[in-house]
Amino acid sequence: MSRFDFTLAIGDDALIAAQRLGEWTSRAPEMEEDIALANIALDQLGAARLLLTYAGELEGAGRDEDDLAFLRDDREFRNCLLVELPNGDFGVTMAKLFFLAAYQVPLYTALAGCADERLAAVGAKARKESAYHLDHAALWVKRLGDGTEESHRRMQDAVDEVWPYVHELFNPDPAAPVDPSTLRADFDATVSAVLDEATLTRPETGWTPGGGRDGLHTEHLSYLLAEMQVLHRAHPGASW
Amino acid sequence: MLLHPLVSIVPSCNTSYMYGNDFAPPEDAPGGGLLGEVEAAEAALREAAARARRGGPAPDEDVEAYFADVIDADQKIEPRDWMPEAYRRTLIRQIAQHAHSEIIGMQPEGNWISRAPSLKRKAILLAKVQDEAGHGLYLYAAAETLGISRDELVDLLLDGRQKYSSIFNYPTLTWADVGAIGWLVDGAAIVNQVPLCRCSYGPYARAMIRVCKEESFHQRQGYEILHTLAHGTEAQKAMAQDAVDRWWYPSLAMFGPPDGDSTHSAQSMAWKIKRFSNDELRQRFVDMCVGQAEVLGLTLPDPDLRWNDERQAYDYTQPDYDELMRVIKGNGPCNRERMAHRRKAHADGAWVREAAAAYAAKRSDRKEPVAA
Repeated sequence: MSRFDFTLAIGDDALIAAQRLGEWTSRAPEMEEDIALANIALDQLGAARLLLTYAGELEGAGRDEDDLAFLRDDREFRNCLLVELPNGDFGVTMAKLFFLAAYQVPLYTALAGCADERLAAVGAKARKESAYHLDHAALWVKRLGDGTEESHRRMQDAVDEVWPYVHELFNPDPAAPVDPSTLRADFDATVSAVLDEATLTRPETGWTPGGGRDGLHTEHLSYLLAEMQVLHRAHPGASW
Repeated sequence: MLLHPLVSIVPSCNTSYMYGNDFAPPEDAPGGGLLGEVEAAEAALREAAARARRGGPAPDEDVEAYFADVIDADQKIEPRDWMPEAYRRTLIRQIAQHAHSEIIGMQPEGNWISRAPSLKRKAILLAKVQDEAGHGLYLYAAAETLGISRDELVDLLLDGRQKYSSIFNYPTLTWADVGAIGWLVDGAAIVNQVPLCRCSYGPYARAMIRVCKEESFHQRQGYEILHTLAHGTEAQKAMAQDAVDRWWYPSLAMFGPPDGDSTHSAQSMAWKIKRFSNDELRQRFVDMCVGQAEVLGLTLPDPDLRWNDERQAYDYTQPDYDELMRVIKGNGPCNRERMAHRRKAHADGAWVREAAAAYAAKRSDRKEPVAA
């Protein structure tokens, strides 16, 4: 992946994650959680804006963050499939967030030390936020895993459902500013420790869907974009 | 029930830092004069606290006389103080209704988070709706000082035994409605709430100071949305005017029935919970909006709106109070949806709250031997 493709990919991860988390607003299990989910959505959106703005500059075709967010079709998005999956119940959302954060923490940490100054600055800012996301999601995975019988069952189902989608995150790419395959060990260590404490079983790896980084998505993304882009596209060239 | 520590996530007005300095509002834009009043109320609160207070009635003193003294002296009643049962009930009803309004109010604006037309607008709106959740939380906390739990209050809302502001039973049909809510609805809320910063009940007054400061940012962001639309394409301008046309009269109705018909007013005024009448506040809101609408380049939908030199105020058309009563009784455009949404969120989250409680109980069981 070129620097542009890489920046776009992790920017799209953050943008689509923010869009999904935003759907929880006014629907969370507790008021405190509503605030927390909005907070995490805002962090992801903030990182997305920095990354998409920089991707536009790297591309040099005059596209800004909004052009990239609102005027690309699903085949042009480079986010991983994990983030575009529907929210499901609160357990599925926490499984998605936990795996995403367990990937983003080492990713942004590595990025903070990379040669590209702009990416390093984003990494330095976002890794602190991701550490909080990881903390928050891990706590819920433990609470739900080791809570009631029902919550244990739901959390295990959620982990099983989402697990296949994590492998795509670590496809090797030696040319990228950070090679994703170097983040896997860190991810595995985090995940194992939390799942153990949550009395949950780490699924066997079998099916490993992918394609997001090449613009081959699930059926869900096009609907997500239709909603996200509808107003912007209805008024071409307007300022907001 | 607090599910997890909030230290890192309680917002302190998110919209203020998002707002930045990229928009210089005209002099009579929202936020100026009223924010000054909030600060004055805060200073008065500190002065009242500093003035020598007896710290409670003497052993042989009549508690009712003590209560009356505190009210007369413009000092604050605190949770530890004796208070008339009706005062307590009035406050619980009012603070809870306000808290419920913040929580239900997340829905109409949250409706546009997924479709916000730019990433910047999406971030500001997310932060705004998050602020409302925060306001709900600390208003429930203020109500809890009166001896009722948040869970009880939430049940009262879900059972329909307590109300929320009727304004949130109107739909947000276009993006401009997000702007109109900020400018008009938050504007009306601020006019209503600024006097509450001087309310005789300390915890409520302190909560309102914080809420009002944040609301003034919300109002500015709504105003800015409308300003951008009103200076944009023809379609955007039409969208902005349509939103103002639909939200103007419901916003005027937010101040409640006309003074003659208001059931709770006189006693609340005597107790210094309420400081101005519904009609006084409504007039103040109208007078504030006229100049702002001119700057926006939008028309308030009232052909009879005109300056009255004698009264030094604008004459205006009253909102349809029959409509207000219909909406209060449950027959506004969105009453059923708003309640169904809240009930569903509450029901869907039940297994999560149970799990959190079970997990916490297991933790404290494990810790007990250490503590013993």
